[in-house]
Order: sequence, then structure tokens, then C-alpha cells
Amino acid sequence: MPLDKSIKKVMVIGSGPIVIGQAAEFDYAGTQALRALKEENIEVVLVNSNPATIMTDRTMADKIYLEPLVLTTIKRIIEKERPDSLLSSLGGQIGLTLSMQLNKAGVLDKYGVRILGTGADAIDKAEDRQIFKDTMAKINQPTIPSVVANDVKAALSFAEVTGYPVIVRPAFTLAGSGGGIAENDEELREIARNGLMQSPINQILVEKGISGWKEIEFEVMRDRRGNVITVCSMENFDPVGIHTGDSIVIAPAVTLADKEYQMLRSAALDIISALGVEGGCNCQFALHPHSFEYAVIEVNPRVSRSSALASKATGYPIAKVATKIALGYNLDEIINEVTGSTYAAFEPTLDYVAVKFPKWPFDKFIYAKRELGTQMKATGEVMSIADTFEMAIMKAVRGAEIGLDTLSLSHLTGLDDKKLKKQMRRPTDERIFLVYEALKRNISVDEINELTKIDRWFLYKLDNIRLYEENIASEPMNASLYNEGKRLGFTDKALKRISGVQELPWRMTPTYRMVDTCGGEFLATTPYFYGTFSSEVRGGENEALDFIAASEKKRVVVIGSGPIRIGQGIEFDYASVHCVWSLKKMGYEVVIINNNPETVSTDFDTGDRLYFEPLTIEDVMNIIEIENPLGVIVAFGGQTSIKLTQQLHKNAVNIIGTSADSIDMAEDRERFDQLLEKLAINRPRGHTVMSVEGALKAAEDLEYPVLLRPSYVLGGQNMIIAFGPADIKEYMKVILNKGQDNPVLVDKYLCGTEIEVDAIFDGHELLIPGIMEHVERTGIHSGDSIAVHPAPNIDQGLADTILETTKKICVGLKVAGIINIQYVVVRRELFVIEVNPRASRTVPYLSKVTGVPMVELATRVSLGEKLLDLGFGSGIYEPTPYTAVKVPVFSFEKLTDVDTHLGPEMKSTGEVLGIGKNLQEALYKGLLSAGYSLVKAGSVFISVRDTEKPEIAAIAKKFHQIGFELYATSGTADVLSGSGLKVQRVHKIHENKNNVMTLLEGGEVNYIISTSTKGRNPERDSVKIRRKASKLGIPCLTSLDTANAVADSLMSGYTPDNTGLIDLNNLSHLMKKAEAK
Amino acid sequence: MEKAEHEAYLILESGKIFQGKSFGALRGTVGEIVFATGMTGYLETLTDPSYYGQAVVQTFPLIGNYGVIPDDFESGKIYMKAYIVNQLCTAPSNFRSVSALDAFLKEQGIVGLHDIDTRTLTKTLRSNGVMNGMIALDPADADMDIIGKYRVKEAVANVSTRKIYKLGAPQSRFHVAVYDLGLKTNIIRELVSRGCEVTVLPHDTKADRVLGLNPDGVMLTNGPGDPVENAGIIENLKILIAAKVPIFGICLGHQLLALAHGFKTEKLKYGHRGANQPVKNLFTKQVYISSQNHGYAVVTDSIIPGVADSWFVNVNDNTSEGIWYCNTPCFSVQFHPEACSGPRDTAFLFERFIELMEVNQYAAG
Repeated sequence: MPLDKSIKKVMVIGSGPIVIGQAAEFDYAGTQALRALKEENIEVVLVNSNPATIMTDRTMADKIYLEPLVLTTIKRIIEKERPDSLLSSLGGQIGLTLSMQLNKAGVLDKYGVRILGTGADAIDKAEDRQIFKDTMAKINQPTIPSVVANDVKAALSFAEVTGYPVIVRPAFTLAGSGGGIAENDEELREIARNGLMQSPINQILVEKGISGWKEIEFEVMRDRRGNVITVCSMENFDPVGIHTGDSIVIAPAVTLADKEYQMLRSAALDIISALGVEGGCNCQFALHPHSFEYAVIEVNPRVSRSSALASKATGYPIAKVATKIALGYNLDEIINEVTGSTYAAFEPTLDYVAVKFPKWPFDKFIYAKRELGTQMKATGEVMSIADTFEMAIMKAVRGAEIGLDTLSLSHLTGLDDKKLKKQMRRPTDERIFLVYEALKRNISVDEINELTKIDRWFLYKLDNIRLYEENIASEPMNASLYNEGKRLGFTDKALKRISGVQELPWRMTPTYRMVDTCGGEFLATTPYFYGTFSSEVRGGENEALDFIAASEKKRVVVIGSGPIRIGQGIEFDYASVHCVWSLKKMGYEVVIINNNPETVSTDFDTGDRLYFEPLTIEDVMNIIEIENPLGVIVAFGGQTSIKLTQQLHKNAVNIIGTSADSIDMAEDRERFDQLLEKLAINRPRGHTVMSVEGALKAAEDLEYPVLLRPSYVLGGQNMIIAFGPADIKEYMKVILNKGQDNPVLVDKYLCGTEIEVDAIFDGHELLIPGIMEHVERTGIHSGDSIAVHPAPNIDQGLADTILETTKKICVGLKVAGIINIQYVVVRRELFVIEVNPRASRTVPYLSKVTGVPMVELATRVSLGEKLLDLGFGSGIYEPTPYTAVKVPVFSFEKLTDVDTHLGPEMKSTGEVLGIGKNLQEALYKGLLSAGYSLVKAGSVFISVRDTEKPEIAAIAKKFHQIGFELYATSGTADVLSGSGLKVQRVHKIHENKNNVMTLLEGGEVNYIISTSTKGRNPERDSVKIRRKASKLGIPCLTSLDTANAVADSLMSGYTPDNTGLIDLNNLSHLMKKAEAK
Repeated sequence: MEKAEHEAYLILESGKIFQGKSFGALRGTVGEIVFATGMTGYLETLTDPSYYGQAVVQTFPLIGNYGVIPDDFESGKIYMKAYIVNQLCTAPSNFRSVSALDAFLKEQGIVGLHDIDTRTLTKTLRSNGVMNGMIALDPADADMDIIGKYRVKEAVANVSTRKIYKLGAPQSRFHVAVYDLGLKTNIIRELVSRGCEVTVLPHDTKADRVLGLNPDGVMLTNGPGDPVENAGIIENLKILIAAKVPIFGICLGHQLLALAHGFKTEKLKYGHRGANQPVKNLFTKQVYISSQNHGYAVVTDSIIPGVADSWFVNVNDNTSEGIWYCNTPCFSVQFHPEACSGPRDTAFLFERFIELMEVNQYAAG
């Protein structure tokens, strides 16, 4: 069947903010889908609250609503736009759940909107635990013995029959939120209660534990006619028991004989046929390691993280094909864009393996529980491609930016064998390194397999690496050993270090191979490459060379931002992609290097050539050597690319834009201080220290509170405010333990209004597209602050000072392109607190709201164009008549034991935007989008630190006026009643059995305001309260400024029914401008 | 990491040389070099008699991962001349595995070549077409004349059974005479599991002898070589066709059935060998993913209208993948509904064969 011509106007629901379990992959999928719709000239209405996405770019859809992803809002948009269809399967779990809600609420029926692709019945069959089990039983597909429970009692009685362990999975939640493995009655009681609460339909699945079985996934597709294909199989390195998002994954499956493979493949195809999926679907299986016994674990009838991985691993664009299927096409009518001559109705075959390695946030959350289980904890991932598993895993590990370039993790050598074995048994993010350490100690593969249940195949492969490492450490290096090392994935740097050879007399350069979907069977033209090492005698052919030779254009290399992590999210992929597009527009040939499979930048048609390689200097230089570009752009890939600048410069690579020296000046504390001094620009006083004593002395000199942080950091990693010597001692211990050899910075903490600007400078003219003001005063990381544009409290005088100071810094640093500066205003005086000589995370949202194409301007200016020729003038760009509020979004419910108290270290994983006619409306929409339920009645629990007690009464009064009852712990209660407020006293945890925890558990409390001087350590009362809040899903405000803003927002009278619906493509001021032109 | 492995070379007809290492039997050999793209199923590939006379290159770089599993063999031995892989797994892992691939090839006396850049080799075969090649332990042994003159000959005679044998329960509902042209065991399993008694016949069994068995149907199996070489079998087939016995042809069987009806075959540039080939049923428009292994194909234009209809075609290159005969109870497919290795998506064709026999039994009274 070709295109269904009755489809004229389609609504697409995006996946909203980045949270753990739902990252950039949906921007990649969504962008592909929107392009596929555009190809058919279909009008598209897009709803997504995440401004940091490519899919919400003006050109991607006809109507773009950066609005809250809540039922009422979407319903109102449907009412207004009257689409005829809804594409539900591309917005992750959020998009799917909302579509189902719209269907159940009768909205779709009422407005004659039909769901395209996989229909409501099919979604129900896959998502509703009971219907799913029944459907599987009907087609003889085994599932794990389980029971659907609507209360804790039912869960307990199931466990009594099957025995422990049992796994709890809440229905309709994301990335296993609220699930877990219970080993006994007590644990089950807690996990079940929690899971029931997290499930929007109060339902959990309790199933028999089958940890240790192999976990195998299939990405499959089905069209309307019922044609079915498998895109990719994937095998988890980690057996069942660890969420697949937290597992190391290899594609294709490698330990299955054809009989097992075909058994599961047929099962997957039978399942999507029985469900009636139209589009893409992910099927997860558990396979007994010693028999043909298997069970279907889960089916996701939508594009997913796994489908993004499968797309990048095979070259098969699942989201695009799924969209075409939704529009009526059959698989054999859709061209395979990789070959251009074959069709989507085939199964990719690989002549390499792809390995995915998760990126976890434990480097930032040192108190977080590192154990992995059914609840996903990784924020992002990297993928690597090679023709041996050894090379692939080595590339993945060094690409993950965890400070490793081999599998040897130094601090594990301190563990004795007994501890090592014990830790191996309980999976954590470090397990593969524990395994490697065990191999080094000659603990047998069989014993490791017994302890970890990791298939021997993987262990033998790791042992190959271990054996080689031992060889070169003991034997003299020779050419053949060197070649072997390259085939195993070692960098030259690592080989030198391990072998002790100072200079290697050999050099093997990578041969780049194409990802062509067909194992070389057909001629392909997609310039999507990975590096491997194949010597000339082996016939090694570098497939990139023909492509390089074929073009006469000037060439630029853009370095991507690597895995999504806290502090470096999708915003940097947005900026990288826009940089690539701008360069293409300017007539350059653009080469992208990146290793994140979830992104738009690694889509094979974003640049002219894509190298899917780790972002280490050695890997990058290998590419630069053959590409021989005019220069490299590092300004848009966050700290990942900035980190490479100095080494690139040393290798005589031209840095386009702000020079390597200027970047160093901005990053090097001392040089930067000298510059500011020279320019007579204020900054908080500070010292650079190397020891505990030094830090204590510095703090004494500066007077507490002081801000401590290591130099060269990202997202405020390991940054705290110290209120006294104890804090300094605790902090320095953590830092020095990490083998930090860069100095630690101690600065006076200045309390004031935080201002942020992104600016573009061409050497003469400066353009500030917008000044943003943070709702929270200094002390909270800018990424975790609510940022408002235009800045409400910055008058003309201050704005002038900001412009002037920014320009001085740009001139001083010799900026060429983009820069981000954070200021604090204390009693109208401006202090610089941070300068980033690169694009920041506010670039996407500011670009969208102001209409200034910031990345394009910065790219053009970097290459010598002048701002005044680019049509956006200079100075401070005129403010918009709308207020835009960026609200951070956190993933605390996924991270056990992390203190949710905000501070100088960034904790948020994503962001949303609220756009309104005024600050109150924008804030209301922003908070709603960020997941605050914003109920306007009930009660508030307050417990704040002494320094903030003077301010709390005014905020409490607002909540009281709205109609909330107030609860507080003794000290805070004293203050509140002293101000004449009626307050109920609550016992602290140690004071009484009936205490704050029981209050929270009782479900009476709607908001919590909790601040404390001490945090982080999960043993502290305040942290326990905040963790409980996170578990129970109660909004917990840890800054008085946020609390005040929430109170104002609640008082403002806005509801989801009366906020304005703003189409980004029809912002009135921009429309007027367009008309004027 | 194996030490002291013997270097070995692949010298192509074109003169191009690939260096690798020897495994299996330590010697040289000559063969027609073909590539196969399946990511699993190397045991089925190794024991598939259709590869007789050929040296097979695996495009998937990790081979031997799950060791050697005798239950998965498709015939009693390895018929190919040599097996060429990138990374050979020396420490396999699978609950059914009894040994590693190297030992299996040694035991079978088959030449193996590993550590070869199989992607570059495959691309060479793709652009130049199928070529002969020699595997030599010393490149000085390469004899371009021998390489150039090598042909796969008398292939079917060399792989077919010498003796007649029976399988399946006696007195089954259907009795199928199977012409063994190089059969993969799973064809027999598929028939037996559907209630057939099977008599497996040597390739040169005369048509009279077949008809004397009074079978409900005749199965023409897969097999190696150029189909037009099998003139004797084609003559016998003509008699069976005239006798209106239901016939099901697979792969070589499909080609022979076409030749017996007066259609033509041709050699493909580099053939189809893999587990991911899409075929489309032209009657229903349904697409199936199939397992394939063939270097020759029926020329679609040579199908005589009125005698037969083109039934399946390859979605990628439109070559003939199946023929439905109009006046005789015959049908055939180029791909492998018996899978092993590869997708089982077209196993239903065995049911079609059963139905055909059923209808024929009924019509015959």
C-alpha cells in the first residue's frame, strides 16, 4: 500500500525533558520522523516541552508548541489545531502514555483523530501487564511466572508460592521506575508499595527472579500488510537482572547458535504479528544459558533507546521507516537509503560488532548507591564499532570519558581477593573492571562465570586482552606484537605505558570501514565510518579515502559532545548539529566525529561524513590526518571537545574560532585572574590550593562561606559551598582520594542575583541575544536554576554594564565566536563568576525564543564573517514580548541515596521551557512541564536551616494564604508561629516514632521546603526526608527562591485550562519582523 | 592467543593476494571463492553440500563463537573446499558445543584460513564477480594456471547419496520420493514432522523407478553446481512432470524443474548467500525474509506464460525466487524454506506441498 492520502495534518508528541531512561534518542527518532512527514508534504503539529532539541527547531514542523506534556494542554492544542492523525510511538513512554490517555478520555474520538502506526489495542496488549500475558499465552510464547498485583498483599502471596527473589515492575512507567528485586518479605513490602504508587494505574507485575539468564533483544518491524523483519539482535554482556539501559550491550547477539537465534527471532516476529504492531517494536527475551528454555520479558511497541542503538549499529533508520509505515507504506515500498538500490524489507547483516557502554552519574553523586538492578541509572551511553569484540570494548571504555583507556581500574588493586569476588557478585557500574582485575589475578573464567553469570564467551575475550597486556609488560615489544595490540584496540599511548617503550618505532593507522547494512554485499554510498586496524598485508582498505578524494570543497571537522551526562546534555548535540548545518550552508564539507548513538549528530546524513569513534586525541588525530581539514571546531561539543583543544593545537591542528591559547586563558584560573585584574573586572576573591591545610587557611582568609571546586570541571562536578572547616575536610578528602592533580579553587561565596549571558563576538562587534536571570540566588548551579529571559530585575544601567563588561572580556580573551559568562549582581555591583569559551546549555532555548540563530552566527563569525553583515545587529538584542522560563528536571527517583538538595554541583538531567505573556504564566507553564503537579490545596512541610529562618515566614505566609496547612520541625515552627502563622509541629526522625517520615508516608503533604547546611551524606535526617520525598513523588523545594517562585505561581490563578498556547512558529514579534523584511 | 600459527595466503584469480593464518587442515587448496552473509549458522553452512567445490568467506567477522554442535549439521560432512574467516574463536561458549571449529576442520581434513580481511575480500568479489582462488601456505606455490582453470564439476554426483534409504514412519499418510541432489537434512525433518514417509534417492534414479515407488509427491532438493550440467536428471524430471506427480523443488531443484519445463538459467555475478534476502510473493504481495545459497538463477523472462507463473521474486534485484506451474502440480522456490541456517519464515511452503499431495490423492481417488 502506498501513502495513505487521507492523512493531511499529523500531531507528533515528543518525549519532553531528558531524564534517566529517556534521553536524546527521542530527539533523534523524532527528527527522523518529522523529516519523513515533510517528505510527504504533510502538515505537522509538534508538541514537546524540551527546548534543547533539534525536533523543536522552527524548520522541523509547521506548528511547534513548547507546551507542558499534560493531558489538558494537549487536548486544547488538538481543539485548536484539529489534526486528523496522531503519531504516538515516537515520543518515548511519555508520548505513548499521553496518546493512550487521549484515547481513553475520548478526545481522539471527539475530534476525529486517529492514531497512526501501532494502534491503541496493540499498545494496550503490550503495555497492560495482564492483557500482555494473556496475549502471549494465546500464541504460546512463554512468559516469566508472575502475577499482576494491585496491592501489596497479592505480591506477598505470589512470592510465598514461587519463592524469592522476585522482581517488581510497575505498569506504565519509564525505565523501570519504582521497580526492584526483592529477596524477602520486608523488601517486597517496600518495593511493591513504592511501585504501586509510581504506576499511574496503581498496578505492578511481580515475577519470578530469573537473574543469570542471558538477556537478548530484538528490534523488529511490521507494516500494515503484515510483512515482518528483524533489524537487529542484541545481547547483553550483563545477564538478566540489570536493566538493559545499564547493561553493556553487543550487537548482534554473539553466543547464540543459529537454532537459538532463529527460535527467538521467530518468537519476536510472532509477537509483533499477534500484537498487530505497525512500525517498530522492541522485544526482550531471557534465555536459559543451558537449555532452549526462554521467556519473553518485555515488549515496547514504539521506538526506544534500543531502537536508536540498533539504528546506529546497523545503519537501518528505524524511526524513519516506522513513520513511513505509519503513513501507509509497506516495507518493500521504502528504499534503503544506505544502498539507495535495495528496500527496507530486508534484514541488515553486520560485518563488525557494535558495543554499547552506559554512562553513569556516579562520578557526580558520590553517595549514590552504585548497585545496578532493574531500575536504570545511566544518563547516557557511548557506542563503538570494530571487527573484534576486544577492540570494540576497548574503544567503548575509552570513549566513555571515565578516565580510562584500558580495562585496568587502578583503585581495584587495593581489594583483596575475597572482597573482589564479593563485589563481582553484586553488579555495579565497575563490574567489568572488577572482572578484568580478577582475570589479572588468575581467577579462572569458570569461577568468574559462576560469580557473575556473564557468559564465558565475553570472559574469554577479556582474557585475550589481559594475556596480551601481560605479554607486552614482560616481553620486549616487536612489530607483530604491536600489530596485535592495535587489533585488540589499544591506543599507542596505552601500549607505550604498559610496555614501557618510550617511542614506538611502528605506527599502524586505522583503516576506516563503512557501516553499510549489508556486509558489503551491495554497493553503498553512506559516508558512515568506523575505524579498525587491518594491516596492508591483510588487504586493509581505507574506505573513507575515496570519499575524501571525491570532494574539492574546503573541509571542517566538528567534534561532538560524547555521551549524555549530567552537565553535558542534549544541548551540546543541538549546538553541534547546528554548527554542521551552518557549515554546509556556507559551502564547506563537514566531517563529524562523535560516539553517542542517541543523537542527531550521529545520523549518517547530518554531516558529509560521520566517523563513529571515541573522542580521544589519538582517535581524533587519526581522522584529522586523512581528512586534512582547514580546521577543527571545538566550541559546540561541550567540555568533551574543549578538553581536546590544547592537544590538537600541539599537533598543529588549526582551531577554528577562539584560539587554543584563549581557551587556555579562560580555563586556567591563574591566567584568567590576571586577565580580569588587567581589565579591572570584579570577581569573588579566591585562592588556589593543593592540600587540606591550604584550603583551611584560604577559607579563613576569605571568611566562610566559601566555594570549593577543582579546576577544569564540568557542570560543577565536585563543587560545594563550605560553611565551616568540617565541610572543607570532608570535601578535600573526597577530592584528594580521586587522585586529583589539578589544584582546588577556594573562592569567597557571594550571595546575589545570578545573571547569565551567551554572546557572540567577531573581534569588533558583540551581540548578546539575551540576558538571563536565575530565580535562585548564587550557590545553585546554573544548570539547576530556573532561568528567566528577559531578566526581570536588570534595568538599563545594569544591562549596559553587562554589555560593557562582556565586551571587555571578549576583547581580552580574543574571542572569535561564542562565549558564555555567568555573573553575580550584589547590590548593583557586577562580579564575574564563570566564563566558558564555548556554547553553553542555554544556547538552544535562547535561540528559539529570541529567533537569533546563535550557533549559525557563531560559526560564521568563527570563519571570519562580520556580525553586522549577518542581519541581527550588535549590542543587546531587543527583548521579546514573551517571558521564557527554563526549568530544570531531575531524575532523583532513579538514584538511590542521592541528596536532592540543590547546590553548586549540577544535578539535573534535563530541562523544559515555559513561555508566557508574563513571568507568572511562563513560570506556571515551566513548572507544570517540569512535572510539578501544582495542586493548590493541602499542606506544606517546612524545615529550613538557621541562616534562612528570617526569610521563611514570608514564603510560608503565601502558602497559608493560598489555603495550605503548614507543618514544620521545631526550630522552623518557632519562627513561623512567631510571625503569627498557624503551624503544626512535627517530630524529627530521632525524636519520636511518630515523626516527619510517618507524616510524609501518610500522603498528606503536597510540598516540602527543606534546606540544610549539611547535605549529601545519606545518613543525615534532612537527606532522609528529601529522599523520602523523592520516593513518594512529593515536590521538594531546596531553595527558598524556588519555593517563593512556586508560591507565586500557585497564587497567579493560572491553570492548564487558561494558559496561552504559543506556537513557536508564530511568535508575534518575530512574525512582525518577518513582515517588515 | 595462539602462537606459532602458520601463515597462509589466498591468491585470487585476479592476482590479488590476502594474507592470513592457517587453521583446520594444514595444506593448500583451490576453489571457487564465494561469500556468505549470515551472522549465525556457520555449522549449517559448513555442512551444506551445496557449497561443494567452493571456498566460503564469512562476512561476519567473529566465527566459531558457539563451537561445534553436531545436532546442527545439515549433512554428514563438510563438502566445501575451504573456509575463510576473519576472527576465529578459539574459546567458544555454548551449552551444546563439543569442540572448537579448528578441531572440527582438522578432523574433516578441510582447509581453513583465518585473520583475513573478509570485508575487503567480499568487496572484491562483489565488484569483480565470483572468482577462483588458491589457498597456499607459501605464496610461491600459487599457480595462476591452475587457479584460472578450476571448475566445479560433477558436483551433484559427488554429494548425492549412493544408496536408497527410508526415513519417517512407515505407512505415513504421504510417501515422498526425495531426489538427493545434495540435500540438507532439515528438508527431510520438515517432511517427516508433517507426517511423511520419505524415500531418499540417488540423483541418477530413473523416473520409472521413482514412479514404481508410487509416491504421493517428489521433492527435488538443493544442491551444488551449474544446473545445466544435470541433463540426465532433467530428462527424468520430464517424465515425472508428464506423470503429474506433485513436485516441490528447492534451490537446485527449482532450477532443474524450470529447465525441465524448457526455461533457462544463468549464472549470477556473485550470487545470493545469506539469511537476510527478501522475497516477495507476487500473488499476495507478502514479503518474506529467506535463507539463500545460490550462484545460478532461473531467467525470469524465460518462464513461458501459460506454462508457469512467476511466483516469488527477490525484492533487491528482482531475480526469480519461485515458480508456480499452471498445468502440472508443481511448484518450486529458489530460497530455502527449510532454513537451517536462517529464518524459518517460509516453512509454511512444506504445508503447501502437503496440501498439493492431499488434493492430488483426492483427485486420484
